[in-house]
Amino acid sequence: MKVEIAPTNQALPPKAAAARPSKWRTFYRKLRKNKLAMVGGCIVIFYIAIALLAPFIAPYDPYEIDLVNKLKPPSAEHWMGTDDKGRDVLSRLLYGTQLSMSVGFVAVFIGAFFGIILGLLSGYYGGWVDTVISRIIDVLLAFPGILLSLAIVSALGPSLFNVMIAVGIFSIPVFARIVRGSTLTVKKLEYIDAIRSLGANDFIIIFRHIFPNILSPIIVQATMRLATAILSAAGLSFLGLGAQPPLPEWGAMLSNGRDFLFTAPHLAMFPGFAIATLVLGFNIFGDGLRDALDPRMKQ
Amino acid sequence: MMTTQTNPTKKPLLEVKNLKQHFPIKGGILGRTVNHVKAVDDISFTIHEGETLSIVGESGCGKSTTGRAILRLDEPTGGTVLFEGQDLLAMSKKQMRDMRKHLQVIFQDPFASLNPRQSVSAILGEALAIQNIVPAHQRRERIIELLGYVGLRPDQIDRFPHEFSGGQRQRIGIARALAMQPKLIICDEAVSALDVSIQAQVLNLLKSLQKQFKLTYLFISHDLGVVRHISDRVMVMYLGKVVEIADKKSLFDNPQHPYTQALLSAIPVPDINKKQERIILRGDVPSPINPPQGCRFHTRCPYAIDRCKTEVPGLTSLHDTHQVACHLAQV
Repeated sequence: MKVEIAPTNQALPPKAAAARPSKWRTFYRKLRKNKLAMVGGCIVIFYIAIALLAPFIAPYDPYEIDLVNKLKPPSAEHWMGTDDKGRDVLSRLLYGTQLSMSVGFVAVFIGAFFGIILGLLSGYYGGWVDTVISRIIDVLLAFPGILLSLAIVSALGPSLFNVMIAVGIFSIPVFARIVRGSTLTVKKLEYIDAIRSLGANDFIIIFRHIFPNILSPIIVQATMRLATAILSAAGLSFLGLGAQPPLPEWGAMLSNGRDFLFTAPHLAMFPGFAIATLVLGFNIFGDGLRDALDPRMKQ
Repeated sequence: MMTTQTNPTKKPLLEVKNLKQHFPIKGGILGRTVNHVKAVDDISFTIHEGETLSIVGESGCGKSTTGRAILRLDEPTGGTVLFEGQDLLAMSKKQMRDMRKHLQVIFQDPFASLNPRQSVSAILGEALAIQNIVPAHQRRERIIELLGYVGLRPDQIDRFPHEFSGGQRQRIGIARALAMQPKLIICDEAVSALDVSIQAQVLNLLKSLQKQFKLTYLFISHDLGVVRHISDRVMVMYLGKVVEIADKKSLFDNPQHPYTQALLSAIPVPDINKKQERIILRGDVPSPINPPQGCRFHTRCPYAIDRCKTEVPGLTSLHDTHQVACHLAQV
């Protein structure tokens, strides 16, 4: 029996490369199906829009003191009432969105930036590099986040900027651990060996080939971390270590409203509600992202 | 006795001498090295320019490890690997990076060996850029040319790996190796993951490319049919050792080592009238952590004598192109 073998240099029929849905389209479809995630996404987009539009939509100047109209309950003029210095709560809340968002994004950026670098180095090189970095991360993880940031802020002095740094630092180990784990998985794949056997240096391998392939867990973690960062920053401001008066930071507003909890409950209620919904929004959106991007990562 | 065969008509391209690859096993609380897996234990062989040497053996015998050690994808424990007379293992990381353009590798799994986020042009363009083989403005033309060599169309240049079939992806992997204009290509189970019909196509492609570009192959496989199709010489490994190395004809027609004989008897013969004696080995492959004393095969060898249990057999020449490591071989 003679076996015919197809001539080699003939191109394969084009249908062999049948179009499979791209990775992003699958991701988007999965995300769209997840109702809860879409709600979370809408909340997040809503708050981002507010942060961007605050100067245009705020009815009053958030710093304008009007002692005649202090501690007014919600009314047609002041939708969310006024605080103990007669400032419009709604305007302060809208401007506060900018502060909370920037704290969240800056802190997560700091945490992600250093966490990713440490995680990549320790995962890729292993050995003593990994041992040293992992032990440092273990030490950072051993502290409860809020305690660690309390210590950092008290060392640096109370200000909103220092809160960003503190929250950023306590986010580093979380990112570093996730990146380290993903790097360990990806670096064992054959295409990394293939790139190395082409003669690529470590820099190319790490940043051009490993990093883009571990982005999904990083994006998910960053979204979830935004919620934690905003909550921690509000917590620190509530304790008086973050935003200083008269900044309309939500945590500081909440702290201020605490003194009038019985006479003017709206002072604490609205900032509290804003913090809760934004954190909730980021969390459920992050959950949805995780399910859509990387179903195996479910904890 | 331990030297591998010398063929006066051919120039050696790669000479592997006493290559050892022992992987440490960490244990205990302190993570100390408690033992070693002797994946490759003191093997020597030579590949001549323009030939195809195959390494066969069952899973875990060290054939892939040998390939990876030669490329320094894992750093070997000991030995020398001379490529055109230069010792690869003695080179610095930087020297080795420059050297890599001469030694390429084609991997087993065409789904894992291409970065899913890079298009074909990015994959091949990067290969050309890393070693700066072709100036930037000529790269696209060169990529199209490379695709032509491996039987892909120029219009597929901007597609991503997931848009290709397994066989096509393996062709991209081959094109990537070819981009370097290498002298030696290590094919690590290069066709094992493909359908039989595609296997034949890819094998024939490899053969025609070998002729066209005067390539030398180190072909690692567990499939004796494939090995028979592509090799000039065949090396049989068992538990980290070379048991037999010979030209293809001599090995398939006149296997000397009992392990080779058992392997070859497992090839099905498509003839119902032909009675074939099947040699069935008993037991499992012993652990490479504590390999048997003496001949490593003696625990499963049907002909083992007392000498096999104590004395390690060296490779002895049967004739010019056939060497075997067995005390009972009729030398």
